[in-house]
Amino acid sequence: MPDPQQPGLPDDKSAISAAGAGAATDMAMSEGISLEGQDPQGGGPDTKPRSLWSDAWRDLRRNPVFLISSLIILFLVVISIWPSLIASGNPLSCDLAKSQQGSQPGHPFGFNQQGCDVYTRTVYGARTSVAVGVLATLGVAVLGSVLGGLAGFFGGVWDAILSRVTDMFFAIPVVLGGLVLLSVVTSTTIWPVIGFMVLLGWPQISRIARGSVITAKQNDYVQAARALGASNTRMLLRHITPNAVAPVIVVATIALGTYIALEATLSFLGVGLRPPTVSWGIDISDASANVRNAPHMLLWPAGALAITVLAFIMLGDAVRDALDPKLR
Amino acid sequence: MGRYVIRRLLQMIPVFIGATLLIFLMVNVMGDPVAGLCGDRQCDPATAQRLRTDLGLDKPVWQQYLTYMGNVFTGDFGTAFNGQKVTELMGSAFPVTIRLTIVAIVLEIVIGITLGVVTGLRRGRPVDTGVLILTLVVISVPTFVTGLLVQLLLGVKWGWIKPAVSSEATFGELFVPGLVLASVSLAYVTRLTRTSIAENRRADYVRTAIAKGLPRRRVITRHLLRNSLIPVVTFIGTDIGALMGGAIVTERIFNIHGVGFQLYQGILRQNTQTVVGFVTVLVLVFLVANLIVDLLYAVLDPRIRYA
Repeated sequence: MPDPQQPGLPDDKSAISAAGAGAATDMAMSEGISLEGQDPQGGGPDTKPRSLWSDAWRDLRRNPVFLISSLIILFLVVISIWPSLIASGNPLSCDLAKSQQGSQPGHPFGFNQQGCDVYTRTVYGARTSVAVGVLATLGVAVLGSVLGGLAGFFGGVWDAILSRVTDMFFAIPVVLGGLVLLSVVTSTTIWPVIGFMVLLGWPQISRIARGSVITAKQNDYVQAARALGASNTRMLLRHITPNAVAPVIVVATIALGTYIALEATLSFLGVGLRPPTVSWGIDISDASANVRNAPHMLLWPAGALAITVLAFIMLGDAVRDALDPKLR
Repeated sequence: MGRYVIRRLLQMIPVFIGATLLIFLMVNVMGDPVAGLCGDRQCDPATAQRLRTDLGLDKPVWQQYLTYMGNVFTGDFGTAFNGQKVTELMGSAFPVTIRLTIVAIVLEIVIGITLGVVTGLRRGRPVDTGVLILTLVVISVPTFVTGLLVQLLLGVKWGWIKPAVSSEATFGELFVPGLVLASVSLAYVTRLTRTSIAENRRADYVRTAIAKGLPRRRVITRHLLRNSLIPVVTFIGTDIGALMGGAIVTERIFNIHGVGFQLYQGILRQNTQTVVGFVTVLVLVFLVANLIVDLLYAVLDPRIRYA
């Protein structure tokens, strides 16, 4: 008689594959991470065993994909904090007389429908995208791993309830949820969009966190800690969290890129961010109406958006390769 | 098997109720439907009150939800505020979106799996690297950007396709929009198949099959592919729901009058009946697709037996 939980596996796997990671990586990862669990203090002479993290870091430093994507992301972060470093203009100062004009000296990307400088707006748009992506990912990662981790650790009724709740959230198409929930919002800040992403995004992380906590929980050293009378808090913080966090980091990094794309998609549909917030999504949406006459208005912000998302997804890919010993 | 199906069906019930309740609450947050009825003008308070009573909006939310679900199970999805039956709207919209989804799924299966097998068998070679980079690019460019670019290039600049799809929305017209809709998932299917094939190629049963002297073609199709497709089938199954929901963007760009179009209109006009009805059906599609995927598991993987 097979384990009745067996049919539950497909769901867990699909969550990972949907995030772009290869299926079954989390099993492999937790195996690799358990290496770290061998407590260095108890080890042989003072040669500290290399942990998964130092191994991963060694791999990453040599990976060109990681280096390129980190450079792009570093650049994006710098211009999000100090956009005036490379763009001297004001993204909100526009001159209707220059509407749709092509590039000219001082304005390499030309002007958009309202006669705003496309270059300046593209540079300032990075701030919005990076802010939305980072804050939404942080929120999703914290909420998802706390809920998923606790459910995986304690099991029982709460676990069953949480699993069904995640199923419910998974059944709602994200863009659709965004259209419904954000269509009433009139705020011009980025907070409603971030709140929405956290609300609909946490089940993805919670599922991953739950799975990896359950695997980590069964390891011998956790059983040993329990036998020695360690409290739940100590087991969670000292033993389980360090060994279960890798899959969450991988999925969260890839999710960061997808949140940036989602913000732009929602803004394109008219329910995401609203002017005067400068956002690539808004600019692409505005440009799409007049794309026949002035494609440059569309291509620059779209290109910037694509490169940004690409950088984060490449980073996530590189991190996954480094943390997944199965591929070595 | 029978017992497993029944248990899965029972498990679907709370998820269905929960998901529809969530949507019901979201739509309620969406705003006052009566205000939408009066258009841009301010509603006369007396009229608003009468409308509220007529539509049952003065009752608490849970009671509205129960009444609504009761009606849904008798096939009554209510009436849109312009007097059209929601089922009528569905009758015109769903065939279009289903055709679009079929085009997308077929492209995903044909192109995605083929590319995945080719690259998985040639891991590390130039073909592999090239396709891998291409999939990364496709995943990174959001669908609406891909759609706008494809429309600009193929539709406007080169004139290969009509930039907007006619109201008949035949399979031929939906080919390019379907490709756009499928693009991101197609890239995922390619990568998933590639990883899976590359992993299983070193498996014992493949070595055995080769050692037995089976022709390469048979080893790949019968032994390697069947086992490698398990994660891919899961992905494609769960993707059906996502594709139908994600069709909003594609349908908007190519002016296709399908589910996404109706939903978009419904949300803009705060037409709660339309929105809840369409989303309920989408949720059902998603749940049934997931169930079918779980059952397909047993067919594909003989190691899994459902008691």
